[in-house]
Amino acid sequence: MRVNFTVNGREQRADDVWEGESLLYVLRERLGLPGSKNACEQGECGSCTVRLDGVPVCSCLVAAGQVEGREVLTVEGLAEYAGNRAAGGGASVPGAATGEAGAGAARPGTAPHPGGSGELSPVQQAFIDAGAVQCGFCTPGLLVAADELLERVPSPSDADIREALSGNLCRCTGYEKILDAVRLAAARQEETV
Amino acid sequence: MDFLRPATWEEALAAKAEHPTAVPIAGGTDVMVEINFDHRRPEYLLDLNRIGELSAWTVGEETVELGASVPYTRIMEHLRAELPGLAIASHTVASPQIRNRGGVGGNLGTASPAGDAHPALLAAGAEVEAESVRGSRRIPIDAFYTGVKRNALAADELIRSVHIKKADGPQQFSKVGTRNAMVIAVCAFGLALHPATRTVRTGIGSAAPTPVRARVAEEFLNAALEEGGFWESGRIITPSIAREFATLAAGACNPIDDVRGTARYRRHAVAVMARRQLGWTWEQYRGTGRAMEGAA
Repeated sequence: MRVNFTVNGREQRADDVWEGESLLYVLRERLGLPGSKNACEQGECGSCTVRLDGVPVCSCLVAAGQVEGREVLTVEGLAEYAGNRAAGGGASVPGAATGEAGAGAARPGTAPHPGGSGELSPVQQAFIDAGAVQCGFCTPGLLVAADELLERVPSPSDADIREALSGNLCRCTGYEKILDAVRLAAARQEETV
Repeated sequence: MDFLRPATWEEALAAKAEHPTAVPIAGGTDVMVEINFDHRRPEYLLDLNRIGELSAWTVGEETVELGASVPYTRIMEHLRAELPGLAIASHTVASPQIRNRGGVGGNLGTASPAGDAHPALLAAGAEVEAESVRGSRRIPIDAFYTGVKRNALAADELIRSVHIKKADGPQQFSKVGTRNAMVIAVCAFGLALHPATRTVRTGIGSAAPTPVRARVAEEFLNAALEEGGFWESGRIITPSIAREFATLAAGACNPIDDVRGTARYRRHAVAVMARRQLGWTWEQYRGTGRAMEGAA
């Protein structure tokens, strides 16, 4: 079957999709967006976390046919998305915002591929600065989940952070540096407001 | 495999009538796991995501009509006052990502004895609204679970909603697992006090082939609270009563040994949860729900 949906602000079409296929498989294998990672395939690890119409979900548990006509944000579009949000633009329409850039905002706007520009979102930068990335496999899912938390709760408590990331497993860091990174991103976000 | 995408409830019922083997998929948190692991290759997948009314709820006089696909996240956020037991249970489901997709309709459809919603539904009192092209019927929750991962639905029926009694007193839910997130219950227990009728109801998860009520424990506690005048006085429940309630709750279990725990442990843990929840809910009743002030 054919599936039409929006990925990181751009219309996409996937053809010859098997009916039992997951959104994760479509993203990785058909659209060339391997940022969302494939690990457990049962919703346990969170490494495939994307936003579906704004809501964080495990893309391995969304059937491809269920995303017809809907909007998906993957880690590849995170920088642009966060940049638009910081600029006060419609956060759900990456690439649509114009005008002055907010601090750390990436604004490729013209990137032809939904794979993003190479610039980093504030959460991504904070993960690097705090040393929250080791092997990196869990990182994309954590970034999407953490960014959504900071959008929803600008000054999260530690309990908020732990809960928001409770569906994302990391086997390297012991989580402390990941928590540090989210706190850092929140603090930087407050400074720029 | 065919992917059916009805735009309306009527179309969904027609599709299910035409293809009774079609597997409904909403949040996908059970179905997709089975497909990803090749445990299941349904001939038809019946996507319910486009049917808006399944994600809506209505708070009525005595019940909440909860659409089958209302995500657990929404229940936690919006129905804590009306459905406290289910809201607490919803918060224990897996992770935020899963709670954003999964709902009670899927829990009922899968009818796993470990489903987190079941004890709360049994304790609160509920009816499952099942519909087919032949018509609609309400299945009492006590008659819904018919075996391990089996329920009372006919092949052409879909779950439209669950009518859950609004809380008229304190409710609790707890489950045993190795950590807070991403836990399939080793066992679970739910308790609802119903001061309006001076009764209690319970629900046990993961400790029998189906979710069950601890009926003997309920009957014992109903009688003991009545005889002792506890509902009026709001006195602290005598430890011996709480102990007997806990023992009878454990007696309602029919557990197995498996990777998550032994039968013996499950019985023990259910007893502990029953005793604790009786304490928690009764404290809450004494604190807020009681008509008479000043006692104890």
